[in-house]
Amino acid sequence: MNEQDTPTHGSEVGPTGHGTAVRLDQGHIIGDGGIPERFSNPGLPVHVPRAADLDEDAARRAEKQVTTLFGISILGTLLFIVLYFLIDVEETIYVPGIGVTSASNLALGVTLALALLGIGFGAIHWAKTLMPDHEMVEERHPLRATDESRDRVVHEMREGGNSSQLTRRPFLKYTLGGALGLFAVPLVLQVAGSLGPMPQKSLSLTFWHGGPSGPGQEPEFRPLRLMRDPENTPVRADEVTVGSVYHILPEGLLDLEEGVLEEKAKAAVLLVRLQEDEIQSEKQLDWGYQGIVAYSKICTHVGCPVGLYEQVTHHLLCPCHQSTFDVTRDCEVIFGPAKRSLPQLKITVDDEGYLVSEQPFAEAVGPSYWERGQ
Amino acid sequence: MSTAPTRPADALREGDRPAESRPGAAARTVGGVAGWVDDRTGAAKPVGYLMKKVFPDHWSFMLGEIAMYSMIVCLLTGAFLTFWFVPSAGHTIYDGSYVPLRGVSMSEAYASTLNISFDIKGGLIIRQIHHWSALMFIVALVVHMFRVFFTGAFRKPREINWAIGSVLALLAIIEGFAGYSLPDDLLSGTGIRAMQGFVQTAPVIGTYLVYAIFGGPFPGEMIIPRLYSAHILLIPALLVGLFTAHIGLVFLQKHTQYPGPGRTEKNVVGFPVMPVYAAKAGGFFFIVFGILSLIAAVVQINPIWAYGPYDPSAVTAGSQPDWYMGFADGALRLLPGWLEFEIFGYTLSMNIFPGALLLLPLVYVVLGVYPFLERWVTGDNREHHLLQRPRNSPVRTGIGMAAITAYSVLLFASGNDIMAIKLGMSINDLTWFFRIGFFVLPPLAFWVTKRICLSLQRRDRDTVLHGRETGTIVRTPDGRFFERHDTELTPDQWILVQHEPVAPLELEPAVDENGVARPAARKDRLRARLSRFYFADAVNPVTPAELAAAHYHGEEHEAIEPSETSASGGAAPIESAEAGRH
Repeated sequence: MNEQDTPTHGSEVGPTGHGTAVRLDQGHIIGDGGIPERFSNPGLPVHVPRAADLDEDAARRAEKQVTTLFGISILGTLLFIVLYFLIDVEETIYVPGIGVTSASNLALGVTLALALLGIGFGAIHWAKTLMPDHEMVEERHPLRATDESRDRVVHEMREGGNSSQLTRRPFLKYTLGGALGLFAVPLVLQVAGSLGPMPQKSLSLTFWHGGPSGPGQEPEFRPLRLMRDPENTPVRADEVTVGSVYHILPEGLLDLEEGVLEEKAKAAVLLVRLQEDEIQSEKQLDWGYQGIVAYSKICTHVGCPVGLYEQVTHHLLCPCHQSTFDVTRDCEVIFGPAKRSLPQLKITVDDEGYLVSEQPFAEAVGPSYWERGQ
Repeated sequence: MSTAPTRPADALREGDRPAESRPGAAARTVGGVAGWVDDRTGAAKPVGYLMKKVFPDHWSFMLGEIAMYSMIVCLLTGAFLTFWFVPSAGHTIYDGSYVPLRGVSMSEAYASTLNISFDIKGGLIIRQIHHWSALMFIVALVVHMFRVFFTGAFRKPREINWAIGSVLALLAIIEGFAGYSLPDDLLSGTGIRAMQGFVQTAPVIGTYLVYAIFGGPFPGEMIIPRLYSAHILLIPALLVGLFTAHIGLVFLQKHTQYPGPGRTEKNVVGFPVMPVYAAKAGGFFFIVFGILSLIAAVVQINPIWAYGPYDPSAVTAGSQPDWYMGFADGALRLLPGWLEFEIFGYTLSMNIFPGALLLLPLVYVVLGVYPFLERWVTGDNREHHLLQRPRNSPVRTGIGMAAITAYSVLLFASGNDIMAIKLGMSINDLTWFFRIGFFVLPPLAFWVTKRICLSLQRRDRDTVLHGRETGTIVRTPDGRFFERHDTELTPDQWILVQHEPVAPLELEPAVDENGVARPAARKDRLRARLSRFYFADAVNPVTPAELAAAHYHGEEHEAIEPSETSASGGAAPIESAEAGRH
């Protein structure tokens, strides 16, 4: 079947094909010219009147329905006002299917909805039953302005350019262009220059380097005790049983006056104890203490805390984008969008048997950035 | 035009007297104010014009209205929320009425959001309406965009409005992100954290950008007030400005209409603003607002009190953005880690950067550019005011479905953890399914959609060619029976034949008559190839000649020239076509 728009094509048109003498059996077709190329628009359909157009009773019924809906709206508004004063903000209520919910939220929301929906449905029902439903026809006109108008604009612009001497004295044009092009620079500079400080080394340092590590700060290393978060108490190596997991922050971080969250965002550590024979990496064993290993909790993908630990498989899973790290293999990425292993914190014990850091993180923690390797 | 034929409902009741119609008399009844304003503005003329402006009616035109009204509800409730919300990351100890968090150290932003939810009467309903209407706004906007795309409403002269709409769509999701990040609860803080990680991966300038946005190291205390200023001032100003231009262009260019009897490229058939459209559109605002209130009353959204204050070392399982950010989040879940490279000591995170920073603008640039691309390919430079049925543009409809499929794969991928738990499946398998699906499913969707469109078009042709069955059985002199079909096109079949036939652009010869290669030949070849891709297997509407041919049985006058008919050869294909239809 050839469906191209080629009216001269004969394969389907068959007997009405042209060029041959008109046969008697198609005498009602006067050659090709008798059949238009396209069908013509049949025009607007006949209007069918509605019940309310013809029957005064139906119209009165519709009126009653609309006024009832508007009445419901008024009722909803009044109820809203009453319930606003009547229901205490702390009251809760049990609703089947929803559970325990705020009574005032439910009451105010439902009454507000009544007030609004009453108006909405009322107005639309009114429009559909009582307002005229004759479709109107409006003509469209081409959007394009007339040639004269276009010419006038071009002419006026040219004339303006000429009379202002812009075209005669080109330096006016160049300097004005330059000035207009440049005047925004101070404003942009002010915003771009003052929004924030330079990062300096702050992205590659953490509190484990010996103290606050914001821009411009370069703490000197000292061993820091591993403190439980949020209790802020040190951890003794012999308290850490195999299979247990601790949230760890460096000693002194929670005592900071300011910048606690900023330091936490880099220094958070997960402490896990594995059977020593489960650990497959020599370095991991060395950097730990009797199978106790400490890893940065900040995902190397985009920085969410790696919050889910599967005790059986020793997998750490980031709940944001499902990067999965294997703790027995030096926290290598075994699945998901992260590329790098979680950095390990080298730990040991101090004289009193508490876990302490032996050196800061050897690399930047958290998400990648351009100059990370520098 | 404004005078409808009199109906019984319009008839005067007993004792009524017809109103007099002296010029100016009508205005006087409205009262002095209208006259006072018109004396100073001459507004009567434009207002009079607007009142009788005609809008076509169709359910799908309400999608844009839903978006518009949801946005207005957002602006209204948002203004309310500013009265109580404190956009500050400054620390405070919560002492409000939500007992589980009493005594907990948190930001003032979080504490004030808790106050709005628990201590301010009606605060929670306003907050919930605000969040629900934001979701509704973006859903409606996206579906409105589907409608405009699939019906070809973006064609000349409406390309500008499509581009404005694309920018609006992008701004809307940025506005949404800024909004749900403000309460500074654990979930929204995690979202900001991820955003920080995204920005940090931008090549060369990433770290500077992050420190500029956050005013220092993450999280800092600047991000909340800055997001606030973006959320309530900068982006809404752009949204409202562009939206005004959007709706202004709709007025100026007059609304498109679906094809139908009496509807042409040169007219608009519908209802005038006064009174019908004013009532319908005005009423619809109240319906949208009412339904949003009802949802907000019974369905809880974003229970920030359940998450606790933001802490960069804590996280909740199943952390997910609002739905409209899902596709970017899904892309991040699918991009494999090996896409991160180190070149000369510099890190290029192609596992994050494309999904997080490029995808968003890319999607909306491609959207905004599409009308211009299609116009170039089709070479169609005419104005279009009649919408197309999606089936009548099979390739465009296929492209749209492929794009929606790719988007959906990414969107569903952002829920891979939830799916893994709810369906008891391996998250690794799901991730691989989405990774492969992203490449395989869109072409499949394109192909399936295009085939369905072509079949529907063929069925339309068949319906028309079949004609109306008259119920009259005719017996031919040689003993055969057939039912006479009416060859007149019925008015309800107009929709099946009204669209324009299409054909691919023909390639001009690559060399001109002097044998010199034309410079544009390469570009033209591409254009011709794309045009063939669009139109090569187009199914065009039945023409009157085809209809006449289909109903030529040759039976009526066979007695005169029986041998001619069978010998003409033309009758055979038609009879077989007819046979196929009976």
